[in-house]
Amino acid sequence: MSAATLFNKDADRVAPDTRHRGIIQTAMGKYETVRDVRKNWFQDWEGARNLAARTKFESVNHLDKHLAEFVSKLEARGTKVHWASTAQQARDIILGILREKDAKVVVKSKAMTSEEIHLNDAMEHAGYEVVESDLGEFIVQLRKEAPYHLVFPAMHLTRGEIQETFREKLHENPSDEPEELTMVARRVMRQKYLQADVGITGANFAVAETGMISITENEGNARLTAALPKTMITLVGIEKILPRFDDLALFLPMLAVMGTGQALTCYNTMYGGPKQPGECDGPEEFHVVLLDNQRTALLADAEQRDALGCIRCGACLNVCPVFRNVGGHTYGTVYGGPIGSVITPHLRGLQQWKHLSYASSLCGACTETCPVKIDLHHHLLQNRRNASQGAHAKPVWWQKIAFKIFAPFANNAGLWSLLTKLGRFGQIFHGLVKGSVIDPAKAWTKTRELPPVAAQSFREWWDARKK
Amino acid sequence: MSEREAIFTRILEALSVEAHAHHGDGLPMTAEHRCVMPQVGATFEDQLALFAKNASDLRATFKLVNGEQELAAELKALHDAGKWQRVATHRSPLAEKHAAALSLPTLLTDGGCEKNELERFDAAITECDALVAQTGTVVVTSRSAGGRALSCLPPHHVVIARREQLVGDLPAAFALIRQKYAANYPSMISFITGPSRTGDIERILVLGAHGPKQLSILVF
Repeated sequence: MSAATLFNKDADRVAPDTRHRGIIQTAMGKYETVRDVRKNWFQDWEGARNLAARTKFESVNHLDKHLAEFVSKLEARGTKVHWASTAQQARDIILGILREKDAKVVVKSKAMTSEEIHLNDAMEHAGYEVVESDLGEFIVQLRKEAPYHLVFPAMHLTRGEIQETFREKLHENPSDEPEELTMVARRVMRQKYLQADVGITGANFAVAETGMISITENEGNARLTAALPKTMITLVGIEKILPRFDDLALFLPMLAVMGTGQALTCYNTMYGGPKQPGECDGPEEFHVVLLDNQRTALLADAEQRDALGCIRCGACLNVCPVFRNVGGHTYGTVYGGPIGSVITPHLRGLQQWKHLSYASSLCGACTETCPVKIDLHHHLLQNRRNASQGAHAKPVWWQKIAFKIFAPFANNAGLWSLLTKLGRFGQIFHGLVKGSVIDPAKAWTKTRELPPVAAQSFREWWDARKK
Repeated sequence: MSEREAIFTRILEALSVEAHAHHGDGLPMTAEHRCVMPQVGATFEDQLALFAKNASDLRATFKLVNGEQELAAELKALHDAGKWQRVATHRSPLAEKHAAALSLPTLLTDGGCEKNELERFDAAITECDALVAQTGTVVVTSRSAGGRALSCLPPHHVVIARREQLVGDLPAAFALIRQKYAANYPSMISFITGPSRTGDIERILVLGAHGPKQLSILVF
């Protein structure tokens, strides 16, 4: 089944699911309230977006310079830097390190890049025990599901379902109180932390000036991942660069406000190397794996290059009417919502993923909320355009015929007026076929009432008024 | 060609086409950051009041004490309330001395320690680099706070800070870290804003997901 067919099938199933709708509305309602309070806490939120967009423009458009600086600063302090053009190379590099360290247990903190390269599957397949330490990720890992949302991986689950998962997979017997469930995870995870040989993290930012990665989290799991195992590996996309240390002063609160509606996320931690001389703990080895995996292809598209400035806050998902209706799993991609619909065709092939460009009402809510001002809904339009042009474009035959018929009606006032009259007449008989397979408006009427065609068109009203 | 070279070649080729800067270009200065970011009062009293309010919103406990005697009394009160059996700390003028005054089995992390051992401690008493009024944040580094694990592994983190360590906003905190360490940054710098938390189950706040369930900040 093609990705597009699968998308339509899942969307049809999830959109009318009132239970799913209820969960998402509750979660998003809470998010919107706190987010707005925090936006107003800024003296000038729009000004902040402009500064953030400017900073990301500079870093993306001089990526060569900043990336070189980032790497030389990291290497100068004993970090081993690896380069991966493809997902396969990144997996091989990481598996190579695990082999060399003779690792058995690997503890991971949340990293969307690791989802992107399907790292867990590869490590488990190679026989390593892999534990996701972020609570939401841990829950979806136990359920063998993909994360539902960039920031809230287990947002689609109720406490009852999580309780059931813990009973079944961990053989624990907690109540369904979030507090108690969290404490079960804390206890289980502590043991894993003490056993783990290697810790793997992602990164929210890579600071060129000082050669540091910056990790934003609430739970403290990434801090433990970076403190306890003897080897630390960070997998980071090459686009995550911020030019200066001080840029974090703006980006950290903006990420928190947009991501979760907090003033600042609980832990924002910068790592500049392995344990340094005179320090008492921390990993003996620190590996940074820099991942391209088609990011340079997106960079080559000057029109959509700004999409590389994404800080993965998830704000565009939260406001997207399509995301809120079809849910995070329907996209079938690692990055869901508007940003996922924009970048997935670049990362994984335009023709196969072009349907995502249509998973949008083009309302522009995503563009309006984006803290780094990525022109998301226009990029969806550009992807539609690009998909219909070029060597691989395959126009659909029935669309061609439909437009051939439609064009003369739309271009001729007399024919258009005839069409509206026919519509009014035809509507009388619509009731006979409504909802059946031959209903021409089936895509609409299966979940909604078709509004009646007005008894008088604007043109008729205008003519009558003049008389 | 190495992968590094291959990636750089692709980057340079991609950047040979210029993009349009829709929102202006050039890196903004810190003064520009300050014009848009949340406002912070100018006086020490304003900033202290803001820090206290933020800490309480974050469910951290904050106490301003007068003199070391009061500090010792507050620490004793925390010890009694938490029924601590063991405390961990690091070599430092304030934290080490006041931890010792509790007369409990004490662990110093400076020489390195076994993670299994540190995990069994009830509380960690550390110093810090700065307190940030704007967000109620405590800034620690692997050098100022006894390493990476001490401020994260035990269930209660107690920070002892001096009044003059309070700064107004995040830009000031970054400037301070730069000034203090620029020649040789610690391998870990952490901005801690409240006790560890999660909202991963139905977006309901739970404290102490992985890190400390309690964060106490004593300023003298």
